[in-house]
Amino acid sequence: MFEIFGIPSQALFSLLLLGAINGAFYAMMSLGLALIFGILNIINFTHGAQYMMGAFAAWMLLNYAGFSYWSALVIAPVAVALTGLVLERLFLRHLYHLDHLYGFLLTFGVSLLIEGAFRQKYGVSGQPFQIPEQLTGGVNLGFMFLPHYRTWVIGASLTICLATWFVIERTPLGAYLRAANENPTLVRAFGINVPRIVTLTYMGGVALAAFAGVLAAPIFQVSSIMGANIIPIIFAVVVIGGLGSIMGSIITGFVLGLFEAFTRLVWPEASNVVIFVVMVAILLLRPQGLFGMR
Amino acid sequence: MRHSAAGLGLIFALLFTASAHAQNGGVKIGVINDQSSIYADLSGMGGVEAARMAIEDFGGKVLGKPIEMISADHQNKPDIASNIVSKWFDVENVDAVFDLPNSSAMLAVQEIARKAKKILVVSTGATSDFTGKACSPFGIHWTYDTYALAHGTGKVLVEQGGDTWFFITVDYAFGHALERDTANFVKAAGGKVLGALRHPFPNQDFSTYLLQAQASKAKIIGLANAGSDVINTIKQAAEFGITQRGQRLAGLLLFDSDIHSLGLRTAQGIVMTTGFYWDLNDETRAFSKRFFERRKAMPTMVQAGVYSSITHYLKAVQAAGTKESLPVMAKMREMPVDDFFAKNGQVREDGRMVHDMYLAQVKTPEESKYDWDYLKILKVIPGPEAFRPLAESECPLVAKR
Repeated sequence: MFEIFGIPSQALFSLLLLGAINGAFYAMMSLGLALIFGILNIINFTHGAQYMMGAFAAWMLLNYAGFSYWSALVIAPVAVALTGLVLERLFLRHLYHLDHLYGFLLTFGVSLLIEGAFRQKYGVSGQPFQIPEQLTGGVNLGFMFLPHYRTWVIGASLTICLATWFVIERTPLGAYLRAANENPTLVRAFGINVPRIVTLTYMGGVALAAFAGVLAAPIFQVSSIMGANIIPIIFAVVVIGGLGSIMGSIITGFVLGLFEAFTRLVWPEASNVVIFVVMVAILLLRPQGLFGMR
Repeated sequence: MRHSAAGLGLIFALLFTASAHAQNGGVKIGVINDQSSIYADLSGMGGVEAARMAIEDFGGKVLGKPIEMISADHQNKPDIASNIVSKWFDVENVDAVFDLPNSSAMLAVQEIARKAKKILVVSTGATSDFTGKACSPFGIHWTYDTYALAHGTGKVLVEQGGDTWFFITVDYAFGHALERDTANFVKAAGGKVLGALRHPFPNQDFSTYLLQAQASKAKIIGLANAGSDVINTIKQAAEFGITQRGQRLAGLLLFDSDIHSLGLRTAQGIVMTTGFYWDLNDETRAFSKRFFERRKAMPTMVQAGVYSSITHYLKAVQAAGTKESLPVMAKMREMPVDDFFAKNGQVREDGRMVHDMYLAQVKTPEESKYDWDYLKILKVIPGPEAFRPLAESECPLVAKR
């Protein structure tokens, strides 16, 4: 076995893979946040709760209604997106013209309510969620044993991230979206229903969080605190990548996942702070974020 | 001006009557634990409910006055725990504090209680330093500690041939103490510790740690963490096929709530040490079924411990005829603990409540016959053997003999 930077190659390869898997979650989550911020101008702090709701929705579909994992993967994000519809129509739309702080406070409050309700009902230890039959087991790569499910997570997340990027940046629908963000009055003058586009965008962002939640369910316990655990990291990723940049958040998500995994190997105690250290450094050197404009 | 002077006078009057009332009032009990973070299921509101049951079963009164109770969530933060308990002692006139998960919080509050000369009885907190070098004349450790866990699980696994160990340890006082106490037993029994990794608290993804543990080729992977941390570690170990490759997991601290959450399919076969199990005998079942009615979950060992410790405290207050800390502590040491939780338990001079511990194994799904039927007891570890002997104590209160 050979060594790279004094680290056995075996450990290095496996940590790269595991980092990419965590990065996949960071990318999907921060992508949704960036999307919502870009179009709605809202810092959606409910994102963690919506991720948790996605996992719980899948768990409920499996346990109460007998659905398969695969159908839950589609139904759960749609169901959670519908709760996003209610939230946006009832509350968020009144806040678009106000300071960011208002949207932030509202979504933060809502996430506390949601997480509190789930904690009351289901506790914090979490519900067991088995890996779907077709994805159990794994493959021996020589340097590590890679469970099939983790391979699937990377694939699914990359596909979803790139598809979202494509829709926003390369299709007419995405062009409307970006235009509605630049100049809503003018876009309206062309007969395009801007409020509807905004609502759909919010639902899309929420669905991304819920989709990540369903993907996470078999890896982490489905618990009321899973969202609260991941959300600070996601915000750091978004700040590092630059608010509102779609490709920026995808790349930053994956890169920071790798960075974190690397820290886990060389200095495990620091692995939960390393992302925030990077965030502080970026804020000092490039306040608009790595991929931010302005 | 006159208004504010009158207002000030009124405030003083209120403050004075409030404290005068409390000083002449009955016993006031404080229950502090984690009600919102990763230990909320194993202690949390279940611990508060156990305290409520203990007070009700005692008749709600001691020394002819009603027993009061307040509770708080310390969110696993030692600073919050310290602030709340200081306020309880200074303003709320709390006489004794119970439960207290999180070893860091537990050691911080020990110092506050020592200065305030108020009684602190810990059930959920784990570090054996609490009755070791940090011991206090006002502190009692009730249900278990890291030494007893290490002695139970660690020793047995080495005896079964698990002589090389790798630890995955949560990075705060609890994990450090549990790793240290277990490693001591492993080494004493002729085993070797090949390595240890510290993970942040709390943590979600354990795959990197598990793969390093796997690469170490240690026969036993010791999990010195708890609550959701240990649940996620065990779950991900199953995902990565760790146990199928011949390594064994040692869950050094597991609660019924963790096994319930993992499910028997994932948790089966794990050997663990516990201070109590709901399904031991008719007495434990009677209490646990009453608890279940209220919480829709069987009590964990520490929740049962909260009930037992509060009952013992109230009996001691009754026997002492006062709620003054020193006489009550003397009575708590003098009187044996005899209830569904412990038979002939004894509070030692270092504050350790010595009682029988149980070495158990998680049942397979086939062995489990009804809801919450999770453990089979392999062995009863007699109290004096289970806990650190006084002769090895680092506690300054213990007269060396």
